[in-house]
Amino acid sequence: MHRTGELYGQFETLEQQKESAALGMWVFLSTEVLFFGGLFMTYTLNRHYYGTAFGVGSNTLDLKLGGANTVILILSSLTMAMSVWASSVGKRKQTTGFLIATLLLGTAFLGVKVIEYKQKFDHHLVPGYHFQIDYRAQHPAPNDDPKEIEAEKEELSKAFAKDPDLNAHAQLYFSLYFGMTGLHALHMIVGAGMLVWLIRQSILGRFTPTYNTPVEMIGLYWHFVDIVWIYLFPLLYLIDRHR
Amino acid sequence: MSEHIVSPKVYIGIFLSLMVLTAATVAAAYVNLGPFNIVIALAIASVKATLVVLYFMHARYSPKRTHLVIIAAVFWLAVMLALTLSDYVTRDRDVAANTRITKMFVT
Repeated sequence: MHRTGELYGQFETLEQQKESAALGMWVFLSTEVLFFGGLFMTYTLNRHYYGTAFGVGSNTLDLKLGGANTVILILSSLTMAMSVWASSVGKRKQTTGFLIATLLLGTAFLGVKVIEYKQKFDHHLVPGYHFQIDYRAQHPAPNDDPKEIEAEKEELSKAFAKDPDLNAHAQLYFSLYFGMTGLHALHMIVGAGMLVWLIRQSILGRFTPTYNTPVEMIGLYWHFVDIVWIYLFPLLYLIDRHR
Repeated sequence: MSEHIVSPKVYIGIFLSLMVLTAATVAAAYVNLGPFNIVIALAIASVKATLVVLYFMHARYSPKRTHLVIIAAVFWLAVMLALTLSDYVTRDRDVAANTRITKMFVT
């Protein structure tokens, strides 16, 4: 049994039925706003108290990777929106194509995230016993730009002068970095799973102009995850770039 | 959602605006504006989020009920942020105590 978009008994019209689905999705998304909101609250407070450490932590992130990921994710929102359009005008092949593009872009985003996480492990920037904010400055890799390492050393010595507990406070930054981007990535993984299902349904020809509700609802979810990243990117990557 | 089909042209226009705004937020981060850096970053992010909600998520073409849910979500978030901050920022002197706790945790 699968749904084909026939009118259920509790609704007056198909339009009302669709609007109810959208309303339910929006209510779910408003709970998601508050779910992420708790983390944003924690971030705001700790950045307010430990601005120096947050600036130092932010500057260790790779802006090129983060920026590329922002472009990838916004592009995936575009392809998602396009698949909603294609399904609502009955273009089956295009719907499937745009959904596959969205899945590929979402997976690319997660792949870049893996590279970024790996760098943080290599540089001892994962909160815990081995955390050391100046590890990279003390143990530069052979292919690191010496000028960049010098600049980092200077920035660190200034930061330590301002905040002797820099190592502890930078761990707060990285806890939030991993917590917030991790929860975001988890949402992406869930979204990717739903996209796989959508692609299968689309190939089977389940979506028609009168019934494309799943495409629209998962689209809403995907765009919400995009919005979370739109806030995470400046808050995590762009705190103190003008040193 | 009332059977309003948004044309691909609108989507591409919104995508391009989002790209321009992303470039703007990166460029603004390299200029030292003191406390205004965060204000500008959040303002640009909010404009981007609004564009996504209005066009990609079709809020502009949705019934008023949906608008109510969106406004409620933003309002509740604002309540949480405002009430929590009004507590913390009015007792800034507790930071010293906080530092002692983190010192304990480090060693």
